[in-house]
Order: sequence, then C-alpha cells, then structure tokens
Amino acid sequence: MSAAPSSTSAKVPSAAHTSTGRLGWLVLPALLIFVAFAVVPLIGVFVLSFTSWDGIGDISFTGLTSWTAVLTDPGLPHALWVTFLVIVLSWIAQTPLSILLGVFISGHQKYRALLAVLFFLPLLLSAAAVSIAYKALLDPNFGLGPGLNLGFLTQDWLGRPALAMGVVIFIIAWQWIPFHSLIYQGAIRQIPTSMYEAAQIDGAGRVRQFFSITLPQLKNTLITSSTLMIVGSLTTFDLIFVLTQGGPNDATRVLALDMYLTGFRANQMGLASAIAVILVVVGLVLAQVLQRLGGKERNSQLEGA
Amino acid sequence: MDHNRTSRRSFLALATATPLVATALASCGDSGPGGGGSSDGATDWILTGAPKEGIRKTAREDWNSAHEDQQITVSAFQNDAFKAKIKTAIGAGQAPTIIFGWGGGTLRNYAESGLVDDLTPWLTENPQVKERLFDAAFAAGTVEDKVYGLPTETVQPLVFFYNKKLFTQIGAEPPATWDELMALVPKFNAAGIAPISLGGQSRWTNMMWLEMLFDRIGGPELFESIYNGTPAWTDPAAIDALTKVQDLVKADGFIKGFASITADSNADQALLYTDKAAMMLHGTWTYGGMKTDGGDFVSGGNLGYMNFPAVTGGKGDPMNTFGNPAQYVSISSKATQAQKDIALAFFKDGLLQEKEAEAYITEAGEVPIVKGIDAKFAGMEDEEWLKFTYDLATNAPSFAQSWDQALSPTEAETLLDNIEKLFGLAITPQEFAANMNAAIGS
Repeated sequence: MSAAPSSTSAKVPSAAHTSTGRLGWLVLPALLIFVAFAVVPLIGVFVLSFTSWDGIGDISFTGLTSWTAVLTDPGLPHALWVTFLVIVLSWIAQTPLSILLGVFISGHQKYRALLAVLFFLPLLLSAAAVSIAYKALLDPNFGLGPGLNLGFLTQDWLGRPALAMGVVIFIIAWQWIPFHSLIYQGAIRQIPTSMYEAAQIDGAGRVRQFFSITLPQLKNTLITSSTLMIVGSLTTFDLIFVLTQGGPNDATRVLALDMYLTGFRANQMGLASAIAVILVVVGLVLAQVLQRLGGKERNSQLEGA
Repeated sequence: MDHNRTSRRSFLALATATPLVATALASCGDSGPGGGGSSDGATDWILTGAPKEGIRKTAREDWNSAHEDQQITVSAFQNDAFKAKIKTAIGAGQAPTIIFGWGGGTLRNYAESGLVDDLTPWLTENPQVKERLFDAAFAAGTVEDKVYGLPTETVQPLVFFYNKKLFTQIGAEPPATWDELMALVPKFNAAGIAPISLGGQSRWTNMMWLEMLFDRIGGPELFESIYNGTPAWTDPAAIDALTKVQDLVKADGFIKGFASITADSNADQALLYTDKAAMMLHGTWTYGGMKTDGGDFVSGGNLGYMNFPAVTGGKGDPMNTFGNPAQYVSISSKATQAQKDIALAFFKDGLLQEKEAEAYITEAGEVPIVKGIDAKFAGMEDEEWLKFTYDLATNAPSFAQSWDQALSPTEAETLLDNIEKLFGLAITPQEFAANMNAAIGS
C-alpha cells in the first residue's frame, strides 16, 4: 500500500528530469517571450513605482513617495476589500453550480450535448459586450423590468452599492460557470466507471456516489478551477470598467480597476505602478497558497481514493 | 526533484499574474498611426461621430486637393480612444503634427512640458485669424498669457432644457430661481413625473449642476481661485452650493436611480423626450440627438430651453454660463519645421472657413465660434435655437470652461470621484470641501 505511491513518485520526476535535459532548448522561445513581455515590464513597473510621472512629461525619481501615498491612502484597503469580496463571492457563486453542471453534462445522452452547447454561449462573448448588454437590460427606465412591467426587476441595479456588487458577481458567474463546468465535465469523465459499478454493488445511491466518489476524485480539478477563478477574479477589470466604472461610491472599485483609473485617468503612473506591484504580489501569494493546498498526494488520485 | 516542480509551479503562477501588468505597459509604447515625423506632410487626428466627422474630414480633403504641396494625412478616432491614445502618443514623442483637444488643464500640462508650440507670435503676425473668432474662446487655449491652442469648431454652453408638455400638464412655469425649482420638485413627484433627468453614472453630468450653482452663488471668482491653485472649496458660498445639491438629491429632485444612468447612451436625453422627466441640465450638444431620436419632440415644439435659474442673493450674474467655449488645435513641438508650416497654413486658410462653419450650423445644429455667424441663421429650421445658443455664448459676462477640462487630469479625477460621492450622499459638503482642498492644495 505504501510502496505503490513511493515508486510512482520516484519514477515520474526522473522521467521529467531526463526530458528537460534533452529537450530543454525547446523552452527557449517561450522563455524569451515570457521575459520580454512579462519579466521586463514587471521590472519596469517596479522601477516606475519609485517615480512620479504624469504619463507625458519627464519621469522623476521620488523614492518611496508613491509607496507611502498608496499605502496610507484609505483607497487601498477599500480596493483590497472589494477585490477580496469579488474573489470570495464569485467562488461561492460559481463552484457548486459548476460542479453540478459538470456532473450533469458529463452524461452521454443526446439532449445534454445540445444543452451543453447552449451553456457555453456566454463564454463566447467578450466581457465588454456582456457588460453593455446587461447594462441595457438592467436600466431602471428603459431596461427589462420596465419593459416587461416587472416591478422586482425595476431596481436601481447599478446605482446602489450592494446591488451593484451583486450584479457584478452574477455576471461573472453567468459568464464563467460554463468554462468551469467544462473542466469538471472532463474530470468526471476521467473517473473510472468501475468505481461507480463497485459502489452500486455495495448499494450506494446517486447522492452517496456523488459525495463518496465524484467529489473526492475532483479534488485536483477543484484546485485548478479555483486557482483560475481566484486569479481571474483578482484581475477582473473589463467587466466592472464597462458596467460601473468602479461605482457607485467606489463599491466595485477592485484593485485592478483602481490601478487603471489611477494610472490612465488620474495620470499618476507612479502610484498606479505601486498598485500594480501590490496586485502582482497578492496574485503570487494566492496562487502559491492554492498550489500548496492541493500540491501533495498529487499522484494518488485515481488509485488512492 | 521536488525543487524542480516547485519552480515550475511558481513560474506558472508568475505567468498567470503578470499579463495584466504587461498589457498596462505595452499600451504605453503604442504609437498609433500617423505618428512620427519622417514624411513631409503634416498629420492630423480627428474625432469620429456623425455628422461632425464628415464636416472635419471635408475641410481637410478640400485643403489637400487645393494644396498639393502641403498635404495633411488624417486619421479618425473615437472620442474615448482618442483621449487615451493622444496622451500616450505625446508622451512617446509620436504625436501628430496637429493636436486636437479641449484646452484647459490637459493643454496646460502639455505646454508646461514643452510638448506644444506657443502660437502667440504667429497670431500676432496673422491678426485676422484671431479677429474672426469669439473672444471668449481663447481663454481655455491660453496658458500664462500665451496661446497654445487655437480655438476651432463650435461653442457648447450648458443649457437648462425642459419638457413643455409636462409643465403644461401640471400647470407650472419654468423656474426662474432656485427656490422656484425646489418648489417644482414635489409637484412633479406628486404627478408621477421625475422632476430632473440625470445620467449620474457618467459623473461629469452631476458636475454640471455644481458648476452652475457655484457660479450663481459665488460668482466666477470662486472657481477661478480654485483653478489657480488656491483651495477655496471651504468658502461659505461653495459649502452653500454643495448643500443645495444635496438638498435637491434628498428631495428626490433627480430621477430615481440616476446613479445607474449613463449619459453616453443618451438615456438621460431619452428620459426628457419620452415624458418621463421634466427638466435636464446639459450641453448644447444634446440638441441634435434629441432632434434625431426624439421623434416629433423637438419639431413639435415640446422642447423648452433657457439659461440656468438664478439663486436669490447669489453673487453670480444669471447671464453667466459654463461649458466648452470651443475645441482647440495645437502644434506638436516635436514636428518638423515643414510639418509645422503646413499646419499653420491650414490653421490660417483651411480651418473653420465659411463652408465648414456653415456645415456645423446646418448639419449639427451647433454654433461655430465665428463672429457674426448669426447672420446665417435666418430662415434656418433651427433658427430660434441657434440664435439662443449664439446669444447665450456671446452675451455671457463669464463663459467658464467645464471643471473636468479646466483642471489637470489628476485634479479632475479627484473632483469627479468626490462629486459621485456627494450626489450619492456618501459624504457631507464639508467632507467634500476638505477632500478637494487636500487634493488641489497639494
């Protein structure tokens, strides 16, 4: 029992090691692109965060001025809080539904394939288009509510802080649940049917099968999907920018939007760069934490459960 | 072995987190078409949007066909895209020869960084250029007594619009004073009509109310002191204006849900012409939209317009107005001498000539900033409206530029942020004043 996992863990990395040695140069183009378009700009942003620059004039080094300004500004904790809210709420809104939908569409009946096509439609639209469409639908005077004479739909959706946040979470979920369902669907189809057959013989019902087989088998997928979701939420920009511009009263001003507005609308590139560095750090920390959570017992998914 | 995996993982984590930063920086290096200065011809970026795009284009095409040795290459951009692009292009030294803009704080930034040429000597040599344009149009193109932006196109003052049908319905007269306006609010609300239409999500729409109130209560000097960097937001007149706005919000003066209505979709205009709201403060640029989209609202004589009501006891002249005194063209200091010569020749003999000016009247329903142009209004379909705009702009003792243009972009952003909170009743007038004093004074 303990021998099997240790033998696999010894075999897999050594194979990876030899292939890196022989084909390592294949990584070079990707590495160059990564350095040119990610590492160099990152260093540039880091340098800019120690300057004061309005985007058109001369760049002057001002030491830690931008950093102290950003770190003492009450806008930063607020933006971090809003970002945290978006991450947590959109995870809660998306994950359970994505798993259930994944289970549903992993079946093989024909109508499911048809439905699956419909599910994936939101994914094909750009966030900007989705936001503009929702903005029109939610308009308190000319939108869906007054159009269909539905009182409960006629709200000041984007004008009240709590409602606006709810709308943002809803639209993020509406657009991304299909994507995550697709990931879960793939993972569910990988689960050996023999496990379900064995469970059936033992007399387990569908619900029991879901909680005892499907869910544990989805652990790594859950980590992957959550990582994508969380890092994605962290950098959510276009949707909120088009939908609310961070309003009302900064209620939806997430960190990424705060960075853009500070840099490109208020012309404070130094401050914006400092915010960008904070964003990178938060993203790295979150991604690392998530990887740690699911990093161990990676190889034991199929047999070990 | 474990080390190998960890590094790959952090590599991926880094990769997922950085595209955003990379995009932010990549857009800094974007130069756009028509930049640089290698060719002999001058370059010019114009704004899109019918009908004015066509008018701008025709003026340049006419110039090009008449001056084969002085060609101007034109590229057209959408308003918001243009604003972002021009800033980046100028910062990167890739600006077009002719830089279009709205004057004010942005132009001041350019001038102080030496990015645009001083046009004063050229204007002294060519006095006829200056003489034919509205005098009030030059202020926002001037930085420290030097003209960096030559005014062009049309004058766009703020106008108090109202729906005549709805006023008749409740048997009311358009408000001559602020108190009368406040008295109208409960009457319209009781009749199930929103008193005032407002596209509050756009923020600058809210700002127009503050501008007019600041002017009517404190006079133009109040904002001038702010513009010159002396923080005066805590002035009693300013606090009074800020309080009056919040009183209007609290009395449900603005349409319910105004904070989620945007002006860029013209929803605020639609509220007025679909009889959902009775009044609206907006720029003259909305007239054309209401005319084309509002069915028979304008042609049927239902659109009323007047200058903003007076405030009893206020210092400001009720004839004063706010808005865009003009649009502006400047010359990039990075252009070659040959390019600059072409641009200046075009400014003198090609820009805002008779044909272009007339097109603004007939096609856009706006008043070009040419003196005596009112002689052309006779017999026009919009004669009354054009005459009103012309008189409003030319008779105003003070025609101040909108704050978001007059201030530097940094200050304007702080202002708009705080205005949104003021209208959302998230901050008090005192807090607003303190926030603004801190931002402008620093």
